Amino acid sequence: MRGTLAERILGAPAGEYVDRRVDRAFCHDGTGVLTLEALRSMGVDVVACPDRTYIIFDHISPANNSTTSGLQHEVREFAAAQGVHFSEIGGGICHQVMSEGIVLPGEVVVGADSHSCTMGAFGAFATGVGATDMAGVLASGSTWFRVPSTIAVVLTGRAAPPVEPKDVALACVGRLGADGATYQALEFTGEGVSGMSMDGRLTLCNMAVETGAKAGLCYADETTCRYLAGFGHQGIEAQVPDDCSYADEIGIDLSDLPPLVAVPHDVDSVCEVERVAGTPIDQVFVGTCTNGRYEDLMRFASIVRGRKVAVRTVVVPASRGVLMQALGAGIYAEIVEAGCVVCPPGCGPCLGAHMGVLGEGEVCLSTANRNFRNRMGVGGAIYLSSVATAGASALTGEITVPEDEHVR
Amino acid sequence: MYGEGRAVCLGDDINTDLIIAGRYLRTKDRRVWAEHVFEDLDPGLADRLGGAVIIAGRNFGCGSSREQAVIALREAGVTGIVASGIARIFFRNAINIGLPVMECEVGCRDGAGVRFNLEEGWVETGGRRHMLHPISPRMLDILKAGGLVEVWRQRK
Ligand code: SF4
Repeated sequence: MRGTLAERILGAPAGEYVDRRVDRAFCHDGTGVLTLEALRSMGVDVVACPDRTYIIFDHISPANNSTTSGLQHEVREFAAAQGVHFSEIGGGICHQVMSEGIVLPGEVVVGADSHSCTMGAFGAFATGVGATDMAGVLASGSTWFRVPSTIAVVLTGRAAPPVEPKDVALACVGRLGADGATYQALEFTGEGVSGMSMDGRLTLCNMAVETGAKAGLCYADETTCRYLAGFGHQGIEAQVPDDCSYADEIGIDLSDLPPLVAVPHDVDSVCEVERVAGTPIDQVFVGTCTNGRYEDLMRFASIVRGRKVAVRTVVVPASRGVLMQALGAGIYAEIVEAGCVVCPPGCGPCLGAHMGVLGEGEVCLSTANRNFRNRMGVGGAIYLSSVATAGASALTGEITVPEDEHVR
Repeated sequence: MYGEGRAVCLGDDINTDLIIAGRYLRTKDRRVWAEHVFEDLDPGLADRLGGAVIIAGRNFGCGSSREQAVIALREAGVTGIVASGIARIFFRNAINIGLPVMECEVGCRDGAGVRFNLEEGWVETGGRRHMLHPISPRMLDILKAGGLVEVWRQRK
């Protein structure tokens, strides 16, 4: 059928309710616990499609205390007993693991995590659900959707360093607002997307949910096919946009986009980094499903290489794959030499559970996607920025506008 | 699907971190969630939720997909949620545990009586009846069954 990418994948026009087979379903150590409980209460003891199901340990990985450990143990046993795909601690953040050759264009992907929209970068329909919904998916292999209407986000021009895809994502959230796309899908198009790497598109789609969107999608193109070929998928076909009708359209010109930041405590309180430059910070955090990929670490390393950070800086690779690449390229050592601490792949301090929790009154500049009050620790404040801004600020100990010379 | 309660008025953009903070998630004890619900928003709020209908503004329940947020509200005694906008995952989660959620703009006075009927699609408070955005028959069925777990149990 013709239509927006979301309509084509779900096979019905916007507004209709459909039942769809789920091609990939996943949950993590956090949402897995309640999913299991719901599944048991339903009286279901067999996962319908173990080969399409993934359980990925990332949120508190490794476990921070024995309670967490105990809960993880149950989920781990379940994964083994059901024969579903399992990614142990250290494998990486669910959205990144799923992005390393698992999710393919045109698939329907459901994750028990709000940032499941990340995989829309492949031209898949990917969305987040809660634990009970996930239990329903595991029990039946399918679920219902209301086909969303779509807002086209047309990116013109190209972002040049020090401006990066994260700034584009922040611009988009700032423009639409935290509920500007509730129940809708965002479709990213234009030369700004075609010129963007897969890592960049994943960053962009990751933050779609910060506008309330159900999904954020990019059409699979040559870049997508090349990326997936790197994971052994040959012969993937590109998706060609139809002449379709959008609920709305916004344009963002990347060529004159300044570095942006979301200030505490709302993700849509977006302004130029310039406006808050000089704000003292206690911690810099580089990582998460938004900005913990290889290109991010590479950019960060290019800024801190041969220098020393002026403030405590936590770096967390998004996956083992990213970590291996960083090791191979020598940037891991450069980051450590610059005085940063590198934690094992996973969510790290993003959700305030461990490895970089903020204290009362502390300020963190983070490359994550959410700056809700108390998220990284009670009484802490979070600014969200790009990797380049985080790198420049780590060197000075205050929020700093990244300049061309930072990114070497 | 009829319900009623006393209004508890909240503002815009109440995210799921504010409903139940991440530090309370690592347990299966639902009482813990009910006890600490809204702690970072207003520590006194939890005690006022027995028999309450929450009336909120835009984007209620945005953020993390944590189902503990809807469970915490239900366990604390909330009988329904009315908001001018409700975030998508939160909306589905509430339906899935049988907690009535309604999208509608209504005036709010703390403590005022609120009545609602989802089948007939209205909510009433302050002497005024407001019509609701209709929800799909499937969602209504899940709500009426008491949640998705119950739907599956009945199927067995
Ligand atoms: S990195 Fe942060 S936002 Fe991403 S899945 Fe983990 S906790 Fe959620």
